Amino acid sequence: MLLYTLKRLGLAILIVCVAMLLLLSAIHMVPGDPAGIALGPRATPEMRAEFKALMGLDQPFFIQYFKFLGNVVTGDLGVDVWSKRPVTQMISEQLPHTLALALVGLGWSMLIGIPLGCFSAVHRNSLLDKFTAVISVGCIAIPSFIVGLYLLLLFAVELRWFPAIGAGEPGNLGDQISHLILPSLAVGLGWVGYLARFVRTSMLEVMGENHIRMARAYGLPTRRITYIYALKLAILPTVALLGVGVGSLISGAVFAEIIFARPGVGKMVVDAVNTRNYPIVMGGVLVTTMLFALSTLISDLIAAWLDPRVRQGF
Amino acid sequence: MTTITPEDTAGADAPIKREPRLAWLWQLLRNPLGAFGLFLVALIVISAVGADFFSPYDYKALDVKNRLASPSWAHLLGTDNLGRDTFSRILHGGQIALYVALVSIGTSLVLGLALGMLAGYGPRWLDNLLLLIFDSVRAFPVIMFALAVITVVGPSLETIIGVVVMTTTPGYARIARNSTLSLKNNEFILAERSLGAGTIRIMVSHLLPNLIAPLLILCSMDIPVVITIEAGLSFLGLGVKPPTPSWGSILNDGYGFIRNTPWLVIAGGIPLILTTLGFTFLGESLRDVFDPKLKKDR
Repeated sequence: MLLYTLKRLGLAILIVCVAMLLLLSAIHMVPGDPAGIALGPRATPEMRAEFKALMGLDQPFFIQYFKFLGNVVTGDLGVDVWSKRPVTQMISEQLPHTLALALVGLGWSMLIGIPLGCFSAVHRNSLLDKFTAVISVGCIAIPSFIVGLYLLLLFAVELRWFPAIGAGEPGNLGDQISHLILPSLAVGLGWVGYLARFVRTSMLEVMGENHIRMARAYGLPTRRITYIYALKLAILPTVALLGVGVGSLISGAVFAEIIFARPGVGKMVVDAVNTRNYPIVMGGVLVTTMLFALSTLISDLIAAWLDPRVRQGF
Repeated sequence: MTTITPEDTAGADAPIKREPRLAWLWQLLRNPLGAFGLFLVALIVISAVGADFFSPYDYKALDVKNRLASPSWAHLLGTDNLGRDTFSRILHGGQIALYVALVSIGTSLVLGLALGMLAGYGPRWLDNLLLLIFDSVRAFPVIMFALAVITVVGPSLETIIGVVVMTTTPGYARIARNSTLSLKNNEFILAERSLGAGTIRIMVSHLLPNLIAPLLILCSMDIPVVITIEAGLSFLGLGVKPPTPSWGSILNDGYGFIRNTPWLVIAGGIPLILTTLGFTFLGESLRDVFDPKLKKDR
């Protein structure tokens, strides 16, 4: 298990490094001049050269890359072009908001998706099962920003049940929670569909196994069999899969933060794109990519811990 | 592709039963979701292709007196903040959405097939290198990758297509690579090689036809994803440039005026919901008809 953990960790670090290499080289290869775009058409050549030197864009490509990696290791992501504040500090201020949003979103999807999947596995091929299947596909297909916009329109603008913008007063937990409900629902709804499907398939597999049939033969109540014995087993592969979902949750969080005007990494990066604040964008992309790699790593490790066969195949 | 099963060989003397050519369509239409998906997709495609014909107004025409109007017989879905007819803009927005989806998915498919076959058929080190690159590209949250590229290149239709191609190609390449690996030691390939066929010939005329069917189904399921990316970026104001109508930019206008009128947000969202649902239902039903094996994986 230790060997597997080390190997898997090495692979995760390698993937993040190669991902950043690809991103930097993609940016390097495309025609277009970042300095020109950032400063506008009226910038003088001297201004552009100064901007490039400030961003480190005047150096050879591989030097830029290794400098970037070195800075990442020491936790230095450069400074904001306009306010000159360190990017690391800005990200660490915004990250808790995004993490809270993504985790509560994940919570929503588990709260709705797991019982839904469980229910349709138990009442297999019933009308409700078919209805759930359609709902799941709908949840997966409909873009999260549409869900966010419609939730905002219905519950915040028309009905005024929930606040529309911001993250709530710092320190006032009730206020913060009421600000979190709509955005997290928008983020998590897509995963309701995935989870319902995973849990249904996994439940159906478990329900056919011998020990469940045995429990049934002993005359244990069906509800106890389904929700205690079967669900416990069926949920394990699902938990291991959750890590993969964090990537799409982060993408959803970007939109939720914009729509509900919440602070967070996504909003910070989108604002930075509009002002061509290159270091902030790179920092935000790096942090979210690392977050994604980390959650995939954790879910893989959980899967390997639960099922030794995974370790041997690596 | 025809597969030979034990039942087929056992009854070799019996006359061969041929399925009618359009049997799959019948099978698709018998599934209510598949039929509904096909209907929605047809509706979207027809309305986008015939946008100029169906539009009651010029999508660029301003009518400042009637700005932010609610739906009426004159303006079926109301007007936006500049008084432009939302219905006409939505019809033309469909053209952009479908254009982005077709061009980028077509490009990714070709690139993915080429790279995947290269990885599967080529030497081991190349396979490992390409796999590492594929996995690394998939490690980016798509929207973050798009934002990083847009910062440098600037927002445009071409940027969106480029980003989508870069992020979807690895998925196709990985599948093409896995199927190539499992096919390349098959007997018919070995026979071909012993007959003296060259690598290129084996790859193009023998491997390719076997790889393409499952990939085409995945493509149809990726169309809504791509349309969502385009609309999402346009919603952030980082997609297509303003006079061009996009569902995302209609939503962006609607978001800005959400306290004045709910109609722009409602009208901008409906075509996106119908399109994503339509393509997803159609894709899933097509997959069930053509390749039931895939069902378990997704």
